[in-house]
Amino acid sequence: MTQSIVCNGVTKNFTMRYHRTIKQMSVAKLRRQKLGEDFLAVDDVSFSVEQGEAIGLMGLNGSGKSTLLKVINGVMRPDSGSVLTRGRIAGLIATGAGFHPQLTGRDNVFLNAAILGMSERETNAKFGDIVEFADIGKFLDTPVGHYSSGMFARLGFAVAVHTDSDIFLVDEVLAVGDRPFKRKCMARMEEIRRTGRTLFYVSHAPGSVRKMCDRVLVLEKGKLAFDGPVDDGIKFLHYDDSDEDDVNSEDVDDDLGADI
Amino acid sequence: MSLHLGRNRPRTDADAKGTATAAAAATTPPLSPPSSSGGLLDVFRRRYVLKLLVRREIAARYQGSVLGMLWSYVQPLVRFLMYYFVLGELIGFNRRVEYFGIHLFAGMVIIHYFTETFSAGTRSIVRNSAIVKKMAMPREMFPVASMLVSAYHTIPQMVILAVACVLAGWQPDGVGLLAGLLGMSIIAVLGTALALFFSAANVFFRDFSNIVATLTTFVHFSVPMIYPFTRVPSRFGDGAAVEIYLLNPLAEAVLLMQRCFWTGVTSDPATTASVINPDNVDAGGHMPDYLFTRGLAQLAFSLVVLVIAQVVFTRLENKFPERL
Repeated sequence: MTQSIVCNGVTKNFTMRYHRTIKQMSVAKLRRQKLGEDFLAVDDVSFSVEQGEAIGLMGLNGSGKSTLLKVINGVMRPDSGSVLTRGRIAGLIATGAGFHPQLTGRDNVFLNAAILGMSERETNAKFGDIVEFADIGKFLDTPVGHYSSGMFARLGFAVAVHTDSDIFLVDEVLAVGDRPFKRKCMARMEEIRRTGRTLFYVSHAPGSVRKMCDRVLVLEKGKLAFDGPVDDGIKFLHYDDSDEDDVNSEDVDDDLGADI
Repeated sequence: MSLHLGRNRPRTDADAKGTATAAAAATTPPLSPPSSSGGLLDVFRRRYVLKLLVRREIAARYQGSVLGMLWSYVQPLVRFLMYYFVLGELIGFNRRVEYFGIHLFAGMVIIHYFTETFSAGTRSIVRNSAIVKKMAMPREMFPVASMLVSAYHTIPQMVILAVACVLAGWQPDGVGLLAGLLGMSIIAVLGTALALFFSAANVFFRDFSNIVATLTTFVHFSVPMIYPFTRVPSRFGDGAAVEIYLLNPLAEAVLLMQRCFWTGVTSDPATTASVINPDNVDAGGHMPDYLFTRGLAQLAFSLVVLVIAQVVFTRLENKFPERL
């Protein structure tokens, strides 16, 4: 098997600054307050993912999941350690981020796809599928600034899921879509998994992680606390403590509502 | 090279199938860092994205305004008329300098290009923070796109300038056109370098966009366009003062532009293009000595600044997502 993502001692340090103006800074200095503080968001994380594996990344809020995802995505560079990835990366992370509110949906699709690494010809070939998936109808040629938040998100997702990629990242961002759209996204993710692409899925929902993933990574305060089979990972997090055990996991996800 | 190209290169159909099955290990790209690390080189490797970004800027800049693109010309036009009447008529350069209007406009076109690149470039990263924070791409793309959008807006001004010159009986010469090209290159390289540097600095302290606004006001008075270059040696003497004045790449670029457009419309182009006589500045010569040598040196200097700006940008870039 070929390796798809290799993280080696990845560390990402954030510097928080409390004061931004000269006045505030000098006052803080006089009072001997700290001007800033370092904060390890991801602390010496190492793992390796094979091509075609489906990984669930879990952890409590603030444990560094999103930061790790950004490092893998290439938005951030690790302060120390290294990340290597093979092939093109796309995903349901920051969908619609590249959209310009004053441009039409059509122009934005091309721009967004280009930033994700698609050529003009590829985008042309996928354009029909993207529009159909987003299901925004006649709004395609109006500025996206006038879209509802759901339409905006759908168009962003549509571009992301139609990008040919070798690694597919999913952040817990499916909350904005309506139910039929969530179904469509989940179906699409299954399809991506079946085609042998690497899936990297951040989620709080044990049900969908069980369904989608064959390995779980758990982050705890920036450190990799668990790396192993799905059920053990969910147990490790104590996400199975409550009465969820008795209920069909699908229903639990429905009850939890938002975060697929 | 293939190291950085791995994830962004255009795919062929065969590649797409390789992705779909993942079995065709022969076609799999190599392991590489996901973030781009080629700096400006990556920007030019991904020209398609650059093209779309430039098009987006041009389309979006004046959307919702009735005059649209015309606004790009209203401000320079008003400034031109103001300088023309105050300095040309009131101070009297119209009588002392042949075709003072063209003398002025040749400088203003290139200076406007510079200030637009500088100020729009400085704001470019912060303005595109939504993309910078969330998508992996060479961030140098944004200052470079600002430079290209400014260049796009400069083209019609160049056309107006050329038409005005032709109407005034312009005799273009090869050396002059080379001078113009050299002047434009200096501005393009220096503008990109400063845009790169200040766009990164602006992420950390928004004060920098105000510093840039202050600097650009200064620019108009530090170059020989609203007054003839002969005023400098005649007021400060031919010596260290002129040398210091000419250290400014913008002053040099303006002189090169005037060598291109303005000297050719005067009644005696050869004399106007000649070197100033230090003993009698009104003898007819308007150009400094070693015009081209200085120009090439300034271009080399601008390239060095560009390299330094790239190094600084790369260092600061790591902190962009958390500081925006």
